[in-house]
Amino acid sequence: MNIIIQAEPVIPDYGQAGECVVNNGAFCADWFVQQWPTIFWPALLEHIGLTLIAIVIGFILAFSAALVAHRYSVVAAPLNGLTTVLYTIPPLALFLLLVPFTGLTVLTAEIALVAYTLLILFSNTLTGLNGIPADVRRAAVGMGLTRYQILKRIELPMAVPAIIGGLRIASVLTVSTATIAAFIVDAGLGSPILKAIQSPFNTQFVAAGALAVLLAFAVDGLLVLLGKGLAPWASRRRIA
Amino acid sequence: MIDDFGFIGFSINNFGLLLDKTMEHLAISSTALLIAILIGMPIGLWLGHIHKGEFIAVSVSNLGRALPSLALIAILIGVVGIGFTNVVIALIVLAAPPILTTTFLGVNGVDRSLTQAARGMGLRGWQTLLRVEIPLALPSIFTGLRTSAVLVVSSATLAAIAGGGGLGDIILNQVAYGMSGVIAGALWVAILALATDGLFILLHRLVTPASIRSRTKRDPAAPARDVAGAKDVSGERVTTVGGAPAAK
Repeated sequence: MNIIIQAEPVIPDYGQAGECVVNNGAFCADWFVQQWPTIFWPALLEHIGLTLIAIVIGFILAFSAALVAHRYSVVAAPLNGLTTVLYTIPPLALFLLLVPFTGLTVLTAEIALVAYTLLILFSNTLTGLNGIPADVRRAAVGMGLTRYQILKRIELPMAVPAIIGGLRIASVLTVSTATIAAFIVDAGLGSPILKAIQSPFNTQFVAAGALAVLLAFAVDGLLVLLGKGLAPWASRRRIA
Repeated sequence: MIDDFGFIGFSINNFGLLLDKTMEHLAISSTALLIAILIGMPIGLWLGHIHKGEFIAVSVSNLGRALPSLALIAILIGVVGIGFTNVVIALIVLAAPPILTTTFLGVNGVDRSLTQAARGMGLRGWQTLLRVEIPLALPSIFTGLRTSAVLVVSSATLAAIAGGGGLGDIILNQVAYGMSGVIAGALWVAILALATDGLFILLHRLVTPASIRSRTKRDPAAPARDVAGAKDVSGERVTTVGGAPAAK
C-alpha cells in the first residue's frame, strides 16, 4: 500500500522530442496535442466522472437532510455542525484518513469528495426552503394548502435559485478537490500533475492544471444556464 | 483494515517531530495569510468605500475557488521553482480573494443612511471608513478571514510536494514514516484546521457588536438570508464566499 505515486519518466523520448520538450518549456503545444488522446482526454473523462458521482450522491444526501431539517428544525444545527466539521478537514488529510478503512480505491476518493459537497448543498437548500416570506406562507395556508402542498408548490420552486447556487459552488469545489484525489487513486487530472511534478515536466502539469480550471468554469457555466432554465424569474432580481 | 492503532504510538514517539512540522505549517500559513490580508483587505475596503467594482470583487473569489491548489502549486513550480516562496505565493493566491470579497461586501453593505449621517456630522471620507464602515463590517471581514485561514492551513498540506515543509512532509512520506505516521500526520492537520476554524469563530464572536449578535443567534442554520438582505452579519462562511449562494 504505497500512497506516493511512483515517479514515471514523463518526458517521452529525448531523441525525437521537439526543442520545447527538451528544454522543458512552460507549455509545449505540440506535445500537448500529441499526448491529448493518451494522457489528457482519459484524465479529463475520469475527472468528470469523479466530480459527477460526488455531486449526485452529495446532492441526494444533502437534499434529503435539508428536507428533514426543514421539517424538524431541531436537527438543523447539529447537521450544520457535522457538515462544517467535514468541510473543514483538509482534503489530503481526509483522503488519507479513509485509506485504512476503504483502501486506495475510487470509493475512498468518492466518500471524501461527497463529504466536501455536503455543507454547501445542505445549508443552501435549507436556506432556500426557509427563505419563503411569511406572507406568502400565510397566503398558502389561507388557501388551504397542506404542508406537503406548500413544500411542493411553493417552497421547492422558490428554493431553486439557492439550490442552484449551492450546486455551483459545490461543483467548482469538487472539480478542484478531485485533483487531490490523485494522491490515493491514479485517476483524474491530478494524476498527470502529480506524475509530472516528480520530473518536473512543465507542460504536463500546466496543461492538466489548466484543464481542471477550464472544467470548473464549464461546469459553473452549465449550472448557470440550468438555473436560468429552471428559475427564469431569479435572474431578473439580483441579490447581494 | 486498521489492524492497530499505530498512529497513537507514532504521535507519542515522534511528538517532537510533529510539533516541529506543525510549527513549520503554521509559519507557512500565517505568512501567507498575513500577506493575503495586506493585499486583499485594502482593495476590499477601498472598493467597498466607494461602492464600486462589485462585479470584480465578487467574481474574484469565484475565480479563486475554481483554481485547484494542487494545479496552482504545480504551475508555480514551473515559474518560481520549489520551496517556501512558491508555496507562500500559491497560498496567497488562494487566500486573498475571500478576504477581498467579504471585506468589500461588509463595507459596501453598511447602511447608506449611516455613512450619510457620518458625512453630515463632518467626518471625512477616511474617517467615515475608519469609524463607521470598518467597525460595522468587522463581522463580515472576519468571516472572510476564517474562510481564508482554514483554506490556507488546509492547502499548506500540499506544500510538501513543492518542498515547502509542514505537516504534509509527514503525510506524503509514507516510505519514511509508515502508514501510522501518515495517519498521525493527517489527524494532526485535521485537528489544526478545526482549531483554526474554532479560533476564527471565536474572534468573529468577539468583533460582532452585541446588537447584531442577538439577531444572528435567532436562526443559526439559515444564515444566507442575512447575507442577501442585511449584507452578511452571519457567522457562516459558505454564504459569504463570493456572495454566490443567495445570488441566484
